[in-house]
Amino acid sequence: MLQVKNLTKIYDGGFKALDNISFEVPKGQFLAVIGLSGSGKSTLLRCINRLIDPTAGEIFWDGDNVTAATPEELRRIRRKIGMVFQHFNLVHRSKVLTNVLAGRLGYVNPAWSLINRFPKEDTEKALKQLERVGIADKAYHRADELSGGQQQRVGIARALMQDPNMILADEPVASLDPVLAHSIMKHLEEINKNDGVTVLCSLHFLDLVHKYADRVVALNQGKIVFEGLPNEIDDQKFKDIYGRDAERVG
Amino acid sequence: MKDNKKSSLLRSLSIGLAVLAVFVIYAYGFEVTKVNLEELRSEQRQTSLVRVTRALSQPDFFEYEQESQIVNAMVYVTCPADGSIPQVETPETTEPYITVSPVCAKAGEIVIVEGYNFAPNAKGPVRFVPGSDPTNLVELGNDVGQTNAEGYFKVEVKLPNRPSDEAQFIRATIRKNVGAPKFTQTAKDTWNKIIETVFLALLATTLGTILAIPLSFMAARNLMKPVRSPLASISLSTLGWPLGFAMGVYLVKWVSNFATPYTTNIVINLLSVVLIPIILSYVVRWALPQDNLSSTTLQVRLIRLAVLLIGVLIGFFGLYQLSGLIMNLGSGMAKTLGSLAFLGRFFIQLGDILKVSIPVIAALAAGGVLSNLLGKIGQRASEKLNISTVRILNLVSAALAGAVIFGLLGWLVEWLYQLGRPELTFWTPVIVGAVAGLLLALFTKPKDTLPIGLVIYTITRTILNTLRSVEALVMAIVFVIAVGIGPFAGVMALGLHTIVSLAKLYSEQVESIMAGPLEAITATGANRLQTIIYAVVPQIIPPYISYTMYRWDINVRMSTIIGFVGGGGIGFLLQQNINLLNYRAASAQMIAIAVVVSLMDYLSSVMREKVV
Repeated sequence: MLQVKNLTKIYDGGFKALDNISFEVPKGQFLAVIGLSGSGKSTLLRCINRLIDPTAGEIFWDGDNVTAATPEELRRIRRKIGMVFQHFNLVHRSKVLTNVLAGRLGYVNPAWSLINRFPKEDTEKALKQLERVGIADKAYHRADELSGGQQQRVGIARALMQDPNMILADEPVASLDPVLAHSIMKHLEEINKNDGVTVLCSLHFLDLVHKYADRVVALNQGKIVFEGLPNEIDDQKFKDIYGRDAERVG
Repeated sequence: MKDNKKSSLLRSLSIGLAVLAVFVIYAYGFEVTKVNLEELRSEQRQTSLVRVTRALSQPDFFEYEQESQIVNAMVYVTCPADGSIPQVETPETTEPYITVSPVCAKAGEIVIVEGYNFAPNAKGPVRFVPGSDPTNLVELGNDVGQTNAEGYFKVEVKLPNRPSDEAQFIRATIRKNVGAPKFTQTAKDTWNKIIETVFLALLATTLGTILAIPLSFMAARNLMKPVRSPLASISLSTLGWPLGFAMGVYLVKWVSNFATPYTTNIVINLLSVVLIPIILSYVVRWALPQDNLSSTTLQVRLIRLAVLLIGVLIGFFGLYQLSGLIMNLGSGMAKTLGSLAFLGRFFIQLGDILKVSIPVIAALAAGGVLSNLLGKIGQRASEKLNISTVRILNLVSAALAGAVIFGLLGWLVEWLYQLGRPELTFWTPVIVGAVAGLLLALFTKPKDTLPIGLVIYTITRTILNTLRSVEALVMAIVFVIAVGIGPFAGVMALGLHTIVSLAKLYSEQVESIMAGPLEAITATGANRLQTIIYAVVPQIIPPYISYTMYRWDINVRMSTIIGFVGGGGIGFLLQQNINLLNYRAASAQMIAIAVVVSLMDYLSSVMREKVV
C-alpha cells in the first residue's frame, strides 16, 4: 500500500507545486492522476521515488518510509518501483537490449555492470520482456531507430526488468497517437491485472481514464480537487478540475 | 512631436560622438602599433623583401650534382697609358672560352663578355677577379651568365674600381646539373622533424584525452550538483585519500622488493603473466558475485575483502612481472631486429612506463578505495547513530580533516619557498585547519548533508580555468627546464594544456546532455557510477571523439612552433634557419608544416564523418 501524507513541494524559486496532499493507494490498484499541465502531476509522481525531494510530508510504500530513507535504502526502494516517462527517456545511442537491461542496475553487482556484464538470466529475462511487449526482433537495434510507440514499449520492458511492485507512469501516452496510446495503456493494464503491480498513471484524456483506471485523483494548482471513481466525474467536477472555461473533448 | 525631434537630435549627437570615439581609438592603435608605410617604401626594405620572397619561393628540397666549367679571360682596367690595345686572339677550339670586348676600359665602364662552347642551358656567375693572379678566389660583381641551346651567352659586366697596370681577369663559372635530382640535407632534416612533430602531437593528445575524461565529469555542474554528503562522510573520505596514498605506496614498495629479483627471469615472467590472470579471474568471480541480491553476513564480507586484497597484491606482482617480460622481450628484439630495433626500444620504454606507473596506480587506487570506504562508514554512522554521537564524530573528523588539508598545503608552501620555519608552515596551518573544521562542524546540523559536489566542481573549474589561461608555449618553457630540451618537454607541455582545455570542453558537453535518460536510470535504483556509465557516457561519445580530433589538429599546429622554445619538433629547425637567414631551408620547413596541417585537417574531417 502506498500512503502519501501531507506532501508539500516548494521549488527553489518559491513555486508551490504540491500543497499538503494526502491519499492512499491500495496494493494492485490502477490509479489515474489527472489535472491541467502544471498542476503538479509530474512532481507528485517524482516525489514518490524521490527523483524530486519533497519539502515536507511523508510517503510510505509497503511499510518503508520513502522520505526518510538513506541513499542506500532509497536505491533498494527505487529498484522495486518502475517508472515510465512521457518522452520515453531511453539512451538513444545504446542498443534496445542494453536499455532494457539497465532496469537491473539496482540488483546486479555494480563492479560488473560498469563493464557492461550482466548475469545470463538477466539477458534472457530482458529478451522475454521484449517479447512480452511485442518487439523481440528489435533487441539489437539502436534505441533511436525505433518509432515512438516502440520506444515506449522498451520503456515498459525496462520498468518490468525491475520486478516492480509499483509502476509510476508519467503521461506515458501524451506523445503518441490515439491508437498507440491504447496499445500502451493495454500493456500497463495487463501488467496491473496479471502481475498485481500497483500503477500510478498521470493522464490527459478522460476516455483513457474511464477505460483503464480503477480510481482517480485530480490535482489543481497542487491541491487535490477530486478523489473517487472515474464515472463520478460529472460536468461540475470537470469544471472544478480543469477550470471554468474548459470543454470536454473525450 | 517636439520630444521626438529632441530625441533624434540627441541620437545623432551620440552617434557622432561614438564615431569620434572610434576614430580616436583607432588613431591611438595606429600610434601604438607603429603603422608606418614610409618604412615599407624605403629602397632597402624593398630589396631585402624581394630577396627573402625569392628565397622563400625556392624551397630547398632538391639538388643536382653539379659540374663547373671555369674559364678566365684577361681584361685591363684603364687602358695602358701608351695607348696600345693589347691583342687577344680568338682561339679555334671546341673547349669553352670567353671573350671580352673591349679588352680594356675605365673603372665603372661596361664591357661585353661573350662565352662559347659552354654546356647548353646552364648558368653561373660571371665575375671580375682582382689582382693579376688567375687562381685568385676573390670575385667581384653579381652578374650571371645563362647559356642558350648552343652553349653561348652574353653578359654586360660593369668593371669595378680596381685600376691596375697589369692584366686582370673576368671569370665565368658555368655550372651544369648532372644526373637525377636528389633530396637535399635540408629536405631530409625536415622530414625527420616533421615526423617527430606529428608524433609529438599524437602523444600529447592521447595523454591529454585520457586524463581529461575523469576531470570533465568533476567539472560538470549537472553531475556534481546533486552530490551531497553528511559532514562526517566528507571528512572521513578526505582523510582517506592521503592515508590510502601512503598505504598504496607502502604496499607496492613491499611487493616491488619481493618481485624485482624475479623480473629478469623470462620463465618466471611468462609463468606469472599467464597464471596470475587466471587466478585473479577466479578470485574476482568468487569475491564479487554477479548477483548482488543475496545479502551476506559481515563475516563473509570481511573474508571476501581480505581475499580481494590478497588478489590485488598478487595482481601487482603480476604487473611487475609483465613489465619485466615486456622489457626482456624489448631488449631481445632491440639486439636482433637490426633496422627495426626501434620496436624493441619501444617495448623497453613501455615496460619502463608500466613499472613507473605501478606505484602511481596503486597509490591512486588505494586512496580512492580507502576514501570511498571511510566515506561510506561516515555516511552509515551519521544515519544510524544518535544526534549527539554524530555531533562528536563530526567535530573530531572535521577537525582532523581540516588539519590534514591545511597541513598538506603548509607542506607545499614550505617545499616551494623553503622558509624553514615549521611553526609557521606546519603548526599554524594545522591549527587553523582544525579550527576551521571545528567551526564547520559546529555550524552545521549534525545530520545535514553538505553540497560537497558543488565544492569539488568549483575547485576543479577554478584550476582548469587558471591552467587553461597559461599558453602551451609558456608551459613548454617550464617543462624544458624540468625534463630538458627536446620533444618530451613538448609532449608534456602540450599534454597538460590538452588536459585542461579538453576537460573544459568535455564538461560542457556533459552539461548539455539530455536529462531524461539520467532521470530514468536513476529511477531504476542505479548508483551514481552506474548512472554515469549507462546514461551519460553513451550520450557524450560523439562529441568527445569530435573534440579529441579537433584537439589533435590544434596540437599538430602547436607542435610546429613549440620547438621555438626548445620543445622539439620542426619549430626548432625553422627558427634556426630563420635566424641564420637561410630562407630557402626555412621555406622548405614552412611548406612541410602547411602540408601536414592541411593533411591533418582533411584526415580529421574524414574520420569525424566516419565515426560520429
